Parts: sequence; C-alpha cells; structure tokens
Amino acid sequence: MAKDAVGYALTALNRLASSEVLDKIGMRKTVERLAYTLTKSGFQVLTTTARTFKSSNPGNKPERLNAPGHTRDLFDLSITDEQQMIRDSVQSFARDVLRDKAEEADATQKTSDEVIAQALELGLNYFAVPESLGGAATERSTVTSMLVAEDLAHGDMGQAVAILAPMGVANALTQWGTAQQQDKYLSSFAEESPPKATIAVCEPYPLFDPMALKTTAKKDGDSYVLNGEKSLVPLAAEAEIFLVAAQTDDGPGVFIVEGGSDGLVAGDDPSMGVRASGQRPLKLDNVRVPVENRLGNGDFDYRAFVDLGTLAWCALAIGTCQSVLDYVVPYCNERTAFGEPISYRQAVAFMIADIAIELDSMRMLTYRAASRAEQGKSFQREAHLARTLVKDKAMKIGTDGVQLLGGHGFTHEYPVERWYRDLRAIGVAFGGLHL
Amino acid sequence: MNIEIPKKFKPLINNAYQVAQSTLRPISRKYDRGEHEYPKELDMLASVLDGFNEGDPANSAGAATTGSGKVQDDGSIKNGANMGVCLGAMEMCYGDTGFLLAMPRQGLGNAAIAAVANDEQLERFKGKWAAMAITEPSCGSDSAAIRATAKKDGDHYVLNGEKIYVTSGSRADCVVVWASLDPKLGRAAIKSFVVDWGTPGMELARLEKKLGIRASDTAAINFIDCRVPAENLLGSPEVDTKKGFAGVMETFDNTRPLVAAMAIGCAKASLERIKELLKDSMTYDYGKPVDNCSAVEAEIYRMEADWEAAYWLAVKAAWMADNKKANTLEASICKAKAGRVGNQITLRCVELAGSIGYTEDELLEKWARDSKILDIFEGTQQIQQLVIARRVLGLSSKELK
Repeated sequence: MAKDAVGYALTALNRLASSEVLDKIGMRKTVERLAYTLTKSGFQVLTTTARTFKSSNPGNKPERLNAPGHTRDLFDLSITDEQQMIRDSVQSFARDVLRDKAEEADATQKTSDEVIAQALELGLNYFAVPESLGGAATERSTVTSMLVAEDLAHGDMGQAVAILAPMGVANALTQWGTAQQQDKYLSSFAEESPPKATIAVCEPYPLFDPMALKTTAKKDGDSYVLNGEKSLVPLAAEAEIFLVAAQTDDGPGVFIVEGGSDGLVAGDDPSMGVRASGQRPLKLDNVRVPVENRLGNGDFDYRAFVDLGTLAWCALAIGTCQSVLDYVVPYCNERTAFGEPISYRQAVAFMIADIAIELDSMRMLTYRAASRAEQGKSFQREAHLARTLVKDKAMKIGTDGVQLLGGHGFTHEYPVERWYRDLRAIGVAFGGLHL
Repeated sequence: MNIEIPKKFKPLINNAYQVAQSTLRPISRKYDRGEHEYPKELDMLASVLDGFNEGDPANSAGAATTGSGKVQDDGSIKNGANMGVCLGAMEMCYGDTGFLLAMPRQGLGNAAIAAVANDEQLERFKGKWAAMAITEPSCGSDSAAIRATAKKDGDHYVLNGEKIYVTSGSRADCVVVWASLDPKLGRAAIKSFVVDWGTPGMELARLEKKLGIRASDTAAINFIDCRVPAENLLGSPEVDTKKGFAGVMETFDNTRPLVAAMAIGCAKASLERIKELLKDSMTYDYGKPVDNCSAVEAEIYRMEADWEAAYWLAVKAAWMADNKKANTLEASICKAKAGRVGNQITLRCVELAGSIGYTEDELLEKWARDSKILDIFEGTQQIQQLVIARRVLGLSSKELK
C-alpha cells in the first residue's frame, strides 16, 4: 500500500520530533533530566534495619525434620485431620479477609499491617519452626505448606505472597540452616512478633535462569562480599532477613543478609501483578556478610531450594485459578444473552470445562512433586514438569477468566483482571517463597 | 497424601510391560497391515493373562475386572482393581492398542457385566468374551437416542436393530447389546442384554476398515427378531424414569479412566521413541526453564508434562472408583485430558521425527493413527467437555445441550 497524505504528515511530524528543534527550545534537557531522576530514585528505598539477632546457645547439630510418618505405600489423595483443620482456618481467613482486602492491597501495593497481624493469629509461623527451637513442627510438612499457599491464594495471591515469604525463610532455615543459623535466626520466627523475611533469587534479565546467577558472592577473609541486582523480591523494603542467591566460586549459594546492611538498597519498580506482596528490586553494592551466613551445612541443595520456591508459586497458581473457576461459574449462569444464560452455549461451557480439566492437571503435577519432596525423594523432574505445565495453563485460565466476562472482565469492577495480572507471575517468578 | 504407584502393582506393571515388549510389539506391524486377520498369538497371551487374573484380581491386566474389586469396605484407603486395570492397560497399549482391544475375554462387554451384573449372571457369564454394542448408524454420542428395541415376549426379549462399531464383535462369545424397552420412555427404558453368538436373528453385517487399531476387529451386527432369554438382561428390568440412564452410564465411570489409560500408554510409546531418536541432539536434565531450552527440547518437556498430568488424572479417577467415591466428573476429566494429549503427542512425535516418523519402518505413524480413536470412543472429547461443563455449572442436559 502506498503512503498517502496522512502517512507523509506522520513522517514529517516524526522527523520534527527527532530533529534538533527540541534541543533548541530546551525540551530535550527536561526529558533527559526526568529520565535521570527516575533512574536515580529507582534505588532510594532503604531496607528496614533488622532487630539484633543473637545466637545464644546453638546446638552441635542443626534440627532437621523427617518425612511424615503418616504416609503409607498407597496412592492416596486424602489429607490428614490436622491438615484439614489447618485448611479450614486458612480458607475462612482467605475468604473473609484476603478476598475482601484484595483490591485495596493491589492498589496500595501493600498488605496491610492488620492483615499481617490477623495472618499471624493462624500460627502458621509456629508450624515452620521445629519444636526444639520453640515452634510446633515435628515432621516435614511440604504438602501442608503447599495446601496453605493454595488456600491463601484462593483469597488473594498478592497478600498470600506477603504472608508466605517469611514462612519460606523459616522453612528454608529449618531445612538447610546450620545449628548456629537456626539458633540465631530461625528461633525468632517462633517469637511473638516474628520478623518479616524474604527470599531473593530472581534477577532482572530476559530469559533469567536461577541456575545462572549474575549476582556474585566473593569470599574475602571471613566474609563474603555480595554484588548484583535482584528483582521481584517480596517485602523487600520491610524484611529484616533476606536469603539472597548469588554465584560463588563453587557454584550458586544462598546468603543470609540482614535488613539495613550497608550497600543493601531496595528500589521501586511496581509490577503487573502480585502487587500486594510489596515486591521490589534489591540492589547489593558490596554487601558484606560473615562466612557463617552462607546457608547450609554441607547438605544444602540449591536446586531443591529453587524448586521448593517454584512449587510454592505453582500452588499459588492453583488457588488463584480455582478463584477464577469459582467466579465464572455463577457469572456465566446468571449473565444472559440472546434470551438465555451464556453458560447454555457450548462455546462458553467448553471453556469452563477446559478450566476444570487443566486446573486438575495443575493440581496433580504440583501435588506429586510436593509429596515427593516431603518424603525426601528426588523431585527435580517433577517440579520441572509442574512448572512447565502450570505456568502455561494458569495463564490460559487467567486469560479465559477475563474473556468469559467480556468487557466487564477488563475493568476493576470485577476481580478477574487482577487474577489475570497475578497469574502472569508464575512464568516469571523464581524464589521469593519456599515450601 | 502420597502420589506414587504402590509397590504391590510393580509385578502387574512388569508383567504387562514384558507382554508389550516381547509379544505385542514384534507383531504390531503385521496385523496393522493384515487388517481382519485373527491375531492367533493373542490366544496364548489371553491364557497367560487369565492366569494373572486367577492368581490375584489386582494383578489383572485387562478390562474384565474394572469395578469388580471385591474390597472390604472398612473405611481404609484402597488401591484396587480399577487402578490395577488402568496400570496394566497403559503398559499393554504401550505395546499395541489394537491388541489390547482385541484381547480375548477382556472386552468392554466384560467390564459392563462386571459393573452391573448380579451374582447369578456373573457366574453364568464367567469366562465368556463379551463385546459391547451401543452405537447405531444414526446414533453415536447420543446413546439415549438408541433405536434398537427389546420387546418382552414371555420369558424372552425380542431384539430388533442395527449395531455398528462393535469392538471384537465377531470374535467375542457374546455381545452386550443396548436396546430400549420402549423408545417413548427415553433414556430410562434403555437396558443392556447379553446376546450369545449363535442366537437366531443375530447376523454379522460387515467388518470396518479403519484409520488405526486395525488388529482389533470392528463389527456391524444386525438383530432381526432375535430372542434373548429374559435373565440375560443386566441390572433391573424395571423402567425407573427417576433413576433413568444412570444405571447404564455407571459403566462409564469405570471404563473412561481405562480408555484414558490406553491413550496414556499409546502416547508413552511415541514419547519414549522420539526421545530415543533425538538422544544425540538433546539432553534431558529437567534443569533449565523451558524458555531457555531449544524449541524441540521445550516441546518434549511440554508434552511430557501434559502426559504426566493425564497419567495422574487417570490414576486419581481409578483410585476414586476403588474407594467407592463418586467419580463421574473425574472420569470425564481424565478421559478428556488423556484423549487430547494422547492424540497431540503421537501426531507431534511423527512430525518431530520427520520422514522417518511418517514411514512404516517406524511405528510412530501407526501410534499416531491408533491414538485418534481414543479421543472418540467411550465418549468423544466434546462429550467429556459436556459432562464436565454440566457438572461444574450445575446444568441439566436440557439447559446445556
């Protein structure tokens, strides 16, 4: 097609815009200065200074939880009475509190202090800390953690991440921490006001691979010096404890960094969804941590550490996708077009059937990986397959949820647009959480 | 929660795997080319399978024992006959789907008998090979529209009608025929009858030539004033308009996971073969995010993830049946997922293998033909979607047509 009058006019306008004229009238500087200011202010949010963590009386050996005793050599999807009790209370909290506050938390990019306080009343933090360190955990409970993540996300994914990030740090310290690390940091999670804490794995590069980190940790005497940039770090401005993944001379490692450390700065870069989690970029500029803050006691498995985060995201996706399904069913039954409910039409009904089919698929792969992890079996392949399936199907469900509501779905009047934005995170997020 | 196949099924899986590798694969192409030839090798194999069945029903590798698990209902969790049969069928179809369907005494009719027959009937039909006849020339998925009739006449029912797509219809000893006691009464009047070959008025019309599963004969059978003893009616002879179709449809709760298992087995063959063919050009480390892999690696991982989801959905539906949990929704979910995924995987594997996959030197092209029927029979993909959508939306078949 030949260029017409409009085309020529646009070309001329564009040429004007890119010419020297802007510079002559002084516009260029304004624009450049604005860009400069934005970049500079990107990393102006200080992290919260941590309380003083003290190691008073570390044992000789770290506490490790064993696989639960209740599983038998049978395929079984039933959950224990205890798990059901936990689910019941988490579900009602998610329904009554999280769902209610979801829109506001998304808009303000923060999970309110009241919600955090109410979440603490569930006592989830105690279940993440072994009994001997003041908690209530007597056996490994990866499956329970997964179900809790699913149920919280059924209320709201963003707030769920804010609630779960500290649990993730506690779970990681329980599973991988040294006796000294557990004594110093883990026991604080069983205190009355447990610290906010978070895990920083993701980095701001296209095609990010958690096994190929650009953040580095160089050994220097009796400390490690960390440099690099992390992204999508939940609670980054509020956390007192960070678990930061960084490349060392001997492969990827994870370091316990206290909030307020010199050179540790959080930025401001709101994302498409999961906004209530307070996720921000995190910059490490020559952050020095003692060598004993490197996570692990010889049995540390970075791959499993990453995969347990991935599975948490899969569980969140399941919860949010269940919300989509629960929402579109009554909507499509009530919404009429051409004289009958739109659900009477196969074009609509089959989309809903596909949501149900793939949601169940997501569950089976995620549950399988988590149940293997809980029992101490290898689960790298299972977690990989779960992520591969879940990230695609979850986004499909998210986009179909909006589609089924049509124009309504595109507005903030209805929650499906938020779920759409939240569900995109599953293909992007690494770390942040740990089952 | 434990998502693992228990050790007790290992012998069953291994038996079926050995059969698949040693017996089925070597003759797979022979009977694909020689459609309608009787695979005589299967007689020996069927006896071996009967032996497995006799030893322990949970070790069966055929359809005959679905729903027949005589487990004690003590409230504890069971992994029983339904799961075992599905696991066996997966391995057998990994060998050859056509042969599983053609296996003597393992027909879907046997599954129907196992599901709805009374004790007297179970005893009388024991050891018989039963095919299943539902479809008619003008009624496929809409099985409520069956036109074949059964009129009570003394202590017999007189059957009239035309049945098509009867798997192993000519080879079986008898056929479970769906017919209506009174077409005016709709679904509720549809009953199933066991009709022995040799009954006057039962005639073989033809054997179909098909896209795939050619080792399995597909018969068209006519019934002309065919007199069947009244005691061959399965289930209750009463026409209960309230319960309606449910009695007959219950069979599907057991057989849909089984057909899902067949699709899973067939697709496993393709997936395993393509990995073998591609082994020099890729590594499987389940490490890198799929978007960082080569396109073909990513595709294999995606197929494997879909395959694995179908696998566990089928096991879940069978587990529910074993534990007497209502599983109509889950049976349809696993059938829908396995049907679509099985077909997609087998077709894609042909493509990825290039011309090698398309020619008859490899079995990939055969599996891609075989898989298609598994997304059609025992309820097409679209029928499963209807069942699922109605359940999830709480709609009747009048509302969501």
